Amino acid sequence: MLTLHCPCCGVDADETDLHAGGEAHLKRHGPGSSDEQFEEYLFMRENPKGVHFERWRHAYGCGKWFLAARCTSTLEVFGTYPAQTLEPPQDIKDAISAKRPGWVWREFS
Amino acid sequence: MSNAVSALQARVAPGEVTIREGGLRGMIILRGDLASKKLRNLCKTVTGVAVPAQGQADVTGDEGLCWMSPDELLVLVPYAEVGEALAAIDKALDGEHYLAENVSDARALIHVEGAFAREVMAKLAPVDLHPDSFNPGDFRRTRLAQAAAAFWMRDEDTFEVICFRSVAEYVFGLLAQSAKEGPVGYFAKT
Repeated sequence: MLTLHCPCCGVDADETDLHAGGEAHLKRHGPGSSDEQFEEYLFMRENPKGVHFERWRHAYGCGKWFLAARCTSTLEVFGTYPAQTLEPPQDIKDAISAKRPGWVWREFS
Repeated sequence: MSNAVSALQARVAPGEVTIREGGLRGMIILRGDLASKKLRNLCKTVTGVAVPAQGQADVTGDEGLCWMSPDELLVLVPYAEVGEALAAIDKALDGEHYLAENVSDARALIHVEGAFAREVMAKLAPVDLHPDSFNPGDFRRTRLAQAAAAFWMRDEDTFEVICFRSVAEYVFGLLAQSAKEGPVGYFAKT
């Protein structure tokens, strides 16, 4: 069972209070992009065993989206941060590095 | 105007912890910039209390304010005064980016009163309701079993629960059953 801290309302929300929103930090490719980029945006997803970045919505609470960094194999949560972020903040990266040295996820490490 | 009735028409499930439908209550959803001075002053004028901090509610009697999300407040007023309050809001915030909507008839209010009210609630919501972490003044939006709900404590032994009117029957049933099954003793007072 996951418990994620919602950065929008400050509540430690149970998984059942939340709605999963898939992978975080997707770059949206729309009109004018190549077929490969559009395919990447629509279909290509990471499926890691280990460090992963996800979007979550505090559906039964404040209704806001936020991002979470967690480990898919141990369910350990490294941290949550606002959805208005283009890449994981440094303190989240540091927290992951402390537990999983040498981690890599897409272009982040 | 038609004769307004509350969702369960003041139904009561008596017991050690009594579940009582709270009747009609004026509720206004107010969305906007909660840091705006205009909005803060207005809230004070309408309800008599200041805008509560994140995760808090300030409710006395029928009036008060609840912090719903970073850009949303629930304004509670006596049912008969909703129109007046809404007009005051619209007048004060004219020109600002905001939304105010009367949701009184879309909601139901249920009181949970009694010695182990805390446990009646804790059995249904994924929330830490230990006296160390949830007390009068705190406000929480979450779910009760399968239905969305929000609640706060009026005092140590009383919760006020709001839910959608369409699930009032379900939520009332849940609370009544939870109360009927008695205390667990998990939050035993020392």
